[in-house]
Amino acid sequence: MAEKSPQELIQIDLDPPRRNWMDPSVSFEDRRGTWSYPGVAKNLEYMDFANPREWSPTDEDWKLPENWQQIIHDGFKERLDKYRSLRVFMDTCVRCGACADKCHFFIGSGDPKNMPVLRSELLRSIYRADFTTAGKILGAFAGGRKLTEEVLKEWYYYFFQCTECRRCSVYCPYGIDTAEVTMMARELMMLVGLNINWVVEPVANCQRTGNHLGIQPHTFKDNIEFLCEELEDDVGIHVDPVINKKGAEILFIIPSADYFADPGTYTFVGYLTLFQQLGLDYTLSAYASEGGNFGLFTSHDTIKKLNYKIYHEAKRLGVKWIIGGECGHMWRVMHQYMDTMNGPTDFLEVPRSPITGTVFENARSTKMVHICEFTADLIRNKKIKLDASRNDNYRVTFHDSCNPARALGLFDEPRYILKNVCNNFFEMPENTIREHTFCCAGGAGLGNDENMEMRLRGGLPRGNALKHVRDKHGVNLMSCICAIDRATLPPLAEYWAPGVEISGVHELVANALVMDGEPERTVNLRGEPLKPETEGTTDV
Amino acid sequence: MGALVSLVAVAVLALLAFVAVASDDLRLVFGAVIPGVAFAVFLVGILARVIRWARAPVPFRIPTTAGQQKSLPWVKNSELDNPSGTLGVVGRMFLEVLFFRSLFRNTRVELITDREKVNYIGTKYLWAAAMAFHWSMLIVVFRHFRFFVEPVPQAVEIVQYLDGFFQVGVPVIYATSVLLILSLGYLLLRRLADAKVKYISLPTDYFALYLLLAIAISGFLMRHLEKVDIVNVKAAIAGWASFQLVVPEGVGALYFIHVFLVSVLLVYFPFSKLLHAPGVFLSPTRNLANNNRAKRHINPWNPPIIGHTYAEWEEEFHDKLVASGYVLDKE
Repeated sequence: MAEKSPQELIQIDLDPPRRNWMDPSVSFEDRRGTWSYPGVAKNLEYMDFANPREWSPTDEDWKLPENWQQIIHDGFKERLDKYRSLRVFMDTCVRCGACADKCHFFIGSGDPKNMPVLRSELLRSIYRADFTTAGKILGAFAGGRKLTEEVLKEWYYYFFQCTECRRCSVYCPYGIDTAEVTMMARELMMLVGLNINWVVEPVANCQRTGNHLGIQPHTFKDNIEFLCEELEDDVGIHVDPVINKKGAEILFIIPSADYFADPGTYTFVGYLTLFQQLGLDYTLSAYASEGGNFGLFTSHDTIKKLNYKIYHEAKRLGVKWIIGGECGHMWRVMHQYMDTMNGPTDFLEVPRSPITGTVFENARSTKMVHICEFTADLIRNKKIKLDASRNDNYRVTFHDSCNPARALGLFDEPRYILKNVCNNFFEMPENTIREHTFCCAGGAGLGNDENMEMRLRGGLPRGNALKHVRDKHGVNLMSCICAIDRATLPPLAEYWAPGVEISGVHELVANALVMDGEPERTVNLRGEPLKPETEGTTDV
Repeated sequence: MGALVSLVAVAVLALLAFVAVASDDLRLVFGAVIPGVAFAVFLVGILARVIRWARAPVPFRIPTTAGQQKSLPWVKNSELDNPSGTLGVVGRMFLEVLFFRSLFRNTRVELITDREKVNYIGTKYLWAAAMAFHWSMLIVVFRHFRFFVEPVPQAVEIVQYLDGFFQVGVPVIYATSVLLILSLGYLLLRRLADAKVKYISLPTDYFALYLLLAIAISGFLMRHLEKVDIVNVKAAIAGWASFQLVVPEGVGALYFIHVFLVSVLLVYFPFSKLLHAPGVFLSPTRNLANNNRAKRHINPWNPPIIGHTYAEWEEEFHDKLVASGYVLDKE
């Protein structure tokens, strides 16, 4: 999206037009840059998803099944009976408008159908007409709409323009969760073969190879060994990665992007550096080589299918418990779905840090601990030596990733770590962090290149807050605990707040970590020379 | 457009009651039969809806976490915004239901395009109006118990006394009567004046507001303008309790309009967005504890789905695994 400058893009009118929103109309041709390409047939076929075919949203004919309305109607009914959330969310909205300007896509585009209330109304209007007495009798007066092909096309456009970040849900007086509504709408669309390739390709890859990127086991090993060699050559840190080790104490699950591309790879070697220093008995898995789960953006059945391998592998390897790396939607799945779907985990033990002896009571049932919880506990118990001055090149802020924020409430652990591993930490404005945090605008499968204009638009709130701390405090690094963030935030920062780089938290941990018998550190994990005025080691 | 249609609808309903007063038979229908039926529809309708919600399972525990989780013992958690157990959930629901805590967080976005600045400004107007309306409504309805119960419960008398504390007018003008009308007026104006809210409003959103306003105003006028004889009203209503359908003596059109519109509201309630009242208690993002990892949540319909097993994976990548020196389960 090089055509529009930030100055041009920000000329947004948040006041909606006067015409009635109920008349559906989306011109995909005119809106290139704001939607994602549809799922490719081979991926749908591999997953046994409905209606695999070649098509484009710009086509007049979307090649829907003959009885597509009936399929969606039946699917809707089934879900209303299976999910109380859906039923309550369909019935209780009063259109108070509290959510209207909470969505990053609305703020960045001014498109009124990106107001969360209207996004849900796209579905709710059909619910009223099909399933409520008032809607059947009063029709449009009661907000009912007939499900036409035009409405369905609108669904495709707007439900693949929601990153399921749950920000609106924080402000809703009834707790209506648009993420849940979007998930349902996407499930319904799946039934007639409407999905986006940036979701279904990772899903198919993950089903086959174990990870979204389709990295096969030999490449998995090569990549990791390469990254470790590079770490040794460039930084002088030696680590011995452990893969598929039976009988290890801990299975370590990470998002595949971490061992695939910068800047995630720095976080990856950051984890391994920490584990090396601790002498932790852990193992990676070439089979469970993905913590992320694009099933979350597909259907509940797909979540369960892709998540299956985590406990399956933990059992096969005979580990005692699991640590999970820095990844956002992965943690939504691990926290809110995994145990329910694929538990119980009676073959594992309640997680207990072998270094500090801390028992992670909050993970008593799932047996899976967030690496930030693990590391914060290490620092608190003074089990690692840190030299925060090694991060003095950086003036750091922290981006709360949507899912750790609004599905877990993991706010203070990463901040505690950051404040211990770097000397210059600055918060972004308070309405843009913690539970109010703004999405990177590339989550839920929308982080693809063809959707770049919408990503940059949706990235305005985050980008603007970042620019604020860059200008005010000279922030030059935004740290986060999400692999999708590490992939999607660099172009966002480059556009809205040039000069700020993106990192994971454990990259900074490894920079500061003082290792036993290490040669003097002259560069950070990125190979950049450390600031000369390095002070003495601080024991923490 | 929707606003106008709804205004006309409420006006027609009021007119209907006004016209009905002329006929003795219809006085009985509008003054006793319809309210009785409406009340029954209200009760059964709400009950049916709540049962329907309650019967739908909650397959996943998906609370919205608006504060620090409970993790390590030394990390201070935010029990009310991210409850770790039942007590926290009760507290969160208490604040949500009685004080609209989520709405209290409301902000307004401000785009300063020439300076490339996005601001988020806390705004409490909607919260204040919603609080004023709902609490006034609750107290007004509660005050009405003096028509239904003999002797008048002490609690009603106390509330009545406090509500008329300022002793303005004869009979005393209750603070909540005024607040009710003002807050409804604000909510209506906001819907019409705020471009975004206007855009999202359905005709039924205005209908509910007009209806409530008409009820509040007719009630207010009855008390202060027409000065309806309460003793007669009370006697008639006491009759309802023993299924004697009588209409109070000496009441005018306002009474019938008021009672009929309340009846419409009661019938409308279970089939409309007014269901948010019982619905707020059942919202899974608010009424569940965020203890997913500590305590397993059971999905009653958990489908028997098996993923790609390790054995299948090993078989598919067998040669590559061997070439890379992996130890295999099956040689």
